[in-house]
Amino acid sequence: MSKPVINIKNVTKTYKMGEIEVHALRGISFDVQKGEVISIMGPSGSGKSTLMNIIGCLDHLTTGEYNLDGKDIANLDDDELAQIRNQKVGFVFQNFNLLARSTALSNVELPLRYAGQIENRLQLAEKALTSVGLEDRIHHKPSELSGGQQQRVAIARAIINNPAIILADEPTGNLDSKSGDEIMELLLGLNKKNGTTLIIVTHDPQIASHTRRTIQLFDGLIQERES
Amino acid sequence: MNFAQILREAWNSLTSNKMRSVLTILGIVIGVAAVIAMLAIGSGAQDTILNQISGIGTNLLFIFEGNEMDGTTTTQPLTLQDAQAITELFAAPHVDVVAPVIQSSGVVKYSGESKSTQIFGITPEYQDARNYELLEGEFVNEQNVNGRASVALIGVDVADKLFGQRDNLLGETIHIEGQPFRIIGVLAPKGGGQFGSQDDVILVPMTTAKSRLMNRDQNRVDIIYVKAISADSVPEATSEIEEILRKRHRTDLGENDFTIYSQQDFLSLASSITNIFTVLLGGIAGISLLVGGIGIMNIMLVSVTERTKEIGLRKAIGAKKKDILIQFLTESSLLSFMGGIMGIILGWILSSAIGSVASAQGVILEPQVGLEAIFLATIFSSAVGLFFGIYPANKAANLEPVEALRHE
Repeated sequence: MSKPVINIKNVTKTYKMGEIEVHALRGISFDVQKGEVISIMGPSGSGKSTLMNIIGCLDHLTTGEYNLDGKDIANLDDDELAQIRNQKVGFVFQNFNLLARSTALSNVELPLRYAGQIENRLQLAEKALTSVGLEDRIHHKPSELSGGQQQRVAIARAIINNPAIILADEPTGNLDSKSGDEIMELLLGLNKKNGTTLIIVTHDPQIASHTRRTIQLFDGLIQERES
Repeated sequence: MNFAQILREAWNSLTSNKMRSVLTILGIVIGVAAVIAMLAIGSGAQDTILNQISGIGTNLLFIFEGNEMDGTTTTQPLTLQDAQAITELFAAPHVDVVAPVIQSSGVVKYSGESKSTQIFGITPEYQDARNYELLEGEFVNEQNVNGRASVALIGVDVADKLFGQRDNLLGETIHIEGQPFRIIGVLAPKGGGQFGSQDDVILVPMTTAKSRLMNRDQNRVDIIYVKAISADSVPEATSEIEEILRKRHRTDLGENDFTIYSQQDFLSLASSITNIFTVLLGGIAGISLLVGGIGIMNIMLVSVTERTKEIGLRKAIGAKKKDILIQFLTESSLLSFMGGIMGIILGWILSSAIGSVASAQGVILEPQVGLEAIFLATIFSSAVGLFFGIYPANKAANLEPVEALRHE
């Protein structure tokens, strides 16, 4: 069996809210294999967002081990985490998070700029936009695009650096059901075509049913089940 | 990201809120323009004043009796013999011309017109010492002095007031303090000096002045003008004169009982005064630049708050602290840099406008926009942008990505 792309062991996360310590994650362990599609579910307050932030290297974990695509993440500083996010994680957010003043093309090439890549940026960005079916919307600004199209731009941005994982946080939450279905199809298609590992955080069982495995969180602990 | 991209992104961000950017820039524009204009006017004024002073002659020395600095009580007056001693070639090789003078103010009249003016009792050397030229006629000569002739040279201000003209005045009789004097010459205009206009004067032979206009002891003089052989030899001439006068006044042990000013003393005094004046004006103008900088800081802070989510997103997709820091610093520097450029242009226009208003009023003032002022303003305004940008940019760079993304 090949090495898992995500290897999380006994991870805890404790926040300090004034005087009170909040134990958001209380010892979580799981693996994700390369090319897998999983969903993370749980009611609000279950630690779902916290787990997503840690998987996405947006936040430091308190204790435990986290290995992402062969890299030990637990003890990296902010700038090293930024580099990991840039190279290994593609984010898809519920509210798209595109730069309003920039065209689709500029939005998609942005991660390459932060990677310090000079050459081929625009060609790669165009290719990514083509692969999400937006080849004729390249120079449009987000305000000129529908919600579904904006999310496609976000997905193109997420895949431009060939990340080890795509982390989608309620990717269909702000879309009508038709656009939502199309986005899910696109994400699953990218997984099938390129073998990109896909992690979807959702509270929608309908969305979760698209994935082979669901990690169910309750009160900072996992109740895993095969679906 | 390379520099061109950073710049383009900053430009796009600033132009996306044009009104706000323009207003912020305006603060810097006004500040820089004020600094440029004030420095230009200061150095223009300095030039005008220094030119006037050096117009009198940079190799000129003035000897007065007494010593204001030390308040010496027993002073001997300066005498004609003192002046004579200074002309000794061996004792004072660096002295060219010595011109003792007595002076007072008096009223001069001509057929109903009258004018109060400065009257100088002089010797022929005075022309050489003060570089006087004549519009017409001749200067006072030895015969005039020896014969106590009632002759006078008049400055153009006096001529204008009494006659309304500057030529064909030779032979006219004017009354100085009630005494008749015949005009033998008209002095060419010299412009203003630090002792009032040098054209508002009447020159008469010293002997005549003593006997008919001013009450003086036989040999006493008020000022001795000394012309050194060159501007460079002023210090040597000064010490030679000092030595001669100390010996003559028997002040071997005490302080000098006379005072020697050189034109260069006046020059350095005037230039230090105008420098203070320039720094003061520049400093006041600098305050407005500071206020402009605070305006930038304010807007950048607002901008950081508004764009928290954008910063979070940029961080999520891989922007390091440095990237965010540079992004915001570029924006604030670009604001102040543009303000600096516009301010230099505005300051230039402003100072030439003030120059033409001044010359329309008859004041000679040519504001000078120096290269160093432009350089200073550019550097300073960019530095203001950087300095006041640091805090907001740092705030942006240190945002936690998780918190920033959650921000609405």
